[in-house]
Amino acid sequence: MGVLVYIESEENKYKKTAYEALSYGKALADKMGVKVSGLVFNCSDTDSLKKYGADKIITIDNSDFEKFSSKKYSHALAEVIKSENSSVVILSSSADSKFLGAHLSGITDSSYVSNVVGIPESISPFVVKRTCFTNKAFSSTEMIDGLRIISVSSNSFGMIESFNDSTVESFSPEKVNSNQRTIKIEKETGSITIADADIVVSAGRGLKGPENWEMIESLADTLGAATACSKPVSDMGWRPHSEHVGQTGKPVSSNLYIAIGISGAIQHLAGINSSKVKVVINSDPEAPFFKAADYGVVGDAFEVIPELIEKLKDRK
Amino acid sequence: MNILVCISNVPDTTSKINFIENDSKFDSNGVQYIINPNDEFGLTKAVWMKESNAANVTVLTVGDQSAETILRKCLAIGADKAVRIDCDANDAYSVAKEIEAHCQSINYDLIICGRESIDYNGGLVPGLIAGLLNYNFVTNCVSLEITDSKATCAREISGGTEISECEIPLVIGSQKGLVEESDLIIPNMRGIMMARQKPLEVLEAKNISAKTSDKKFHKPEAKSEVKLVKPDELDKLIDLLENEAKVI
Ligand SMILES: Cc1cc2nc3c(=O)[nH]c(=O)nc-3n(C[C@H](O)[C@H](O)[C@H](O)COP(=O)(O)OP(=O)(O)OC[C@H]3O[C@@H](n4cnc5c(N)ncnc54)[C@H](O)[C@@H]3O)c2cc1C
Repeated sequence: MGVLVYIESEENKYKKTAYEALSYGKALADKMGVKVSGLVFNCSDTDSLKKYGADKIITIDNSDFEKFSSKKYSHALAEVIKSENSSVVILSSSADSKFLGAHLSGITDSSYVSNVVGIPESISPFVVKRTCFTNKAFSSTEMIDGLRIISVSSNSFGMIESFNDSTVESFSPEKVNSNQRTIKIEKETGSITIADADIVVSAGRGLKGPENWEMIESLADTLGAATACSKPVSDMGWRPHSEHVGQTGKPVSSNLYIAIGISGAIQHLAGINSSKVKVVINSDPEAPFFKAADYGVVGDAFEVIPELIEKLKDRK
Repeated sequence: MNILVCISNVPDTTSKINFIENDSKFDSNGVQYIINPNDEFGLTKAVWMKESNAANVTVLTVGDQSAETILRKCLAIGADKAVRIDCDANDAYSVAKEIEAHCQSINYDLIICGRESIDYNGGLVPGLIAGLLNYNFVTNCVSLEITDSKATCAREISGGTEISECEIPLVIGSQKGLVEESDLIIPNMRGIMMARQKPLEVLEAKNISAKTSDKKFHKPEAKSEVKLVKPDELDKLIDLLENEAKVI
């Protein structure tokens, strides 16, 4: 019995969501009265994990795992689950973790629930709360006995420090043969991704054309935010698809979401609703977004945004 | 080449979300159902591959009879054949197991599922199928080329894309980008007429027991009223975000 957390790293660094997953795993282990272990692939930093309460850190250092592969990683995880006799596996909600979770539940024949918010309401029966209908509702979902896999929704639990002088152990999984190989990874450098961002600045058709995004990027820069857009904006090619947020685009669960020139259609709101604080800037006081937002400015984006940037810079 | 496209029957995006039977069940009363948007990108890609890869396209849904409307639509879009596995689709695991069982009897070279459905958003079914069948798997798939038995795929990752190569059989999780929104096929009259002649097979379910069940649904609490700030008082907005909401 025990909780196992998959701790995602990139270039020898952990993501915030990995610390959040570990914090969640620690809280769950406490509730269940069991221990929590963290599994790390090719990352030398074990000290920072002690801060978030891991009893044991299991490291796999092997060039075979240099690049993420859902097949190799899920088979390795399955082996660790067996050797640790884990009963619950915790993952974050990053693109890779959700990819891995589904694959892992297939090979281990276990129950899996994603988009989980909060510690299980009860352990026996095991009931977790998750979002569904693209954030329009929550479900209390029961998971049957046996191995259980949980993906924690980003920013839903937070990072909670609780020091533990973890033991560190290395693990060597069996080699998994796979004819699947990564050829190339293309990454934009320097920009913050929507999934990792605390603040997201998003703009819609109200911006009139792609040439007007300079002020959106400048506002995002000032705030250290990621940029996003509404669906028609990406459909028209004003912005890349990767910025499309909403029910059919990326979900956003940032601390702050600023919507500029976005009307607030139900499909848009569905995807961004789990953001904690929402600000809308729109010239139309009747725009539906005002019903979903915490703060609003009725005004012309072309006047409000440059002034807002100015004022934010003045304060720094 | 044999392609299977798994289709989820989901409430239209503008549907009112309500629950019945003591909040234990989704209220489908008056709800319009559509092809899950992520699945539709995959279906369009499969229809294109009929020409480029001489593919045969089967669409499959696990669900009750009401799901046949969207299967007919898939046939009108260009699929060759439809299969419905007859049971209530309540849990991703049992749905994936039903699909796995079907794939044990017919070998598909490529299985396409939407990256996630817009009702339960689990994103589980494609990975489960891949895991159960031990096929290669690429989700968030934004490009796919298959030549002979080799597939080259692009996957959207945090902040970029990853290109990978593998052998078929392969399961992908499709999404926008695999084809564009403007590429989606709107069935024409001829397609709709032809769809009536195409086979729609109903298979008995294996009735696999679920691993998860929704005990109770509830809706988010009503929001408090928006706080409006005048456009010439932006300092106030910054103060509120800094001191009240504490987010900047
Ligand atoms: C199946 C389906 C799925 C969908 N999925 C998504 C999705 O995932 N994400 C998504 O975003 N949409 C989605 N949509 C589309 C959605 O219904 C809306 O059409 C879309 O969100 C509108 O985008 P918008 O707010 O940018 O544009 P509009 O609705 O055109 O709104 C523009 C807004 O800008 C304001 N404005 C204009 N000029 C200014 C100015 N100078 N200053 C300030 N404000 C100004 C206007 O008052 C207006 O409110 C989906 C639709 C369907 C049918």
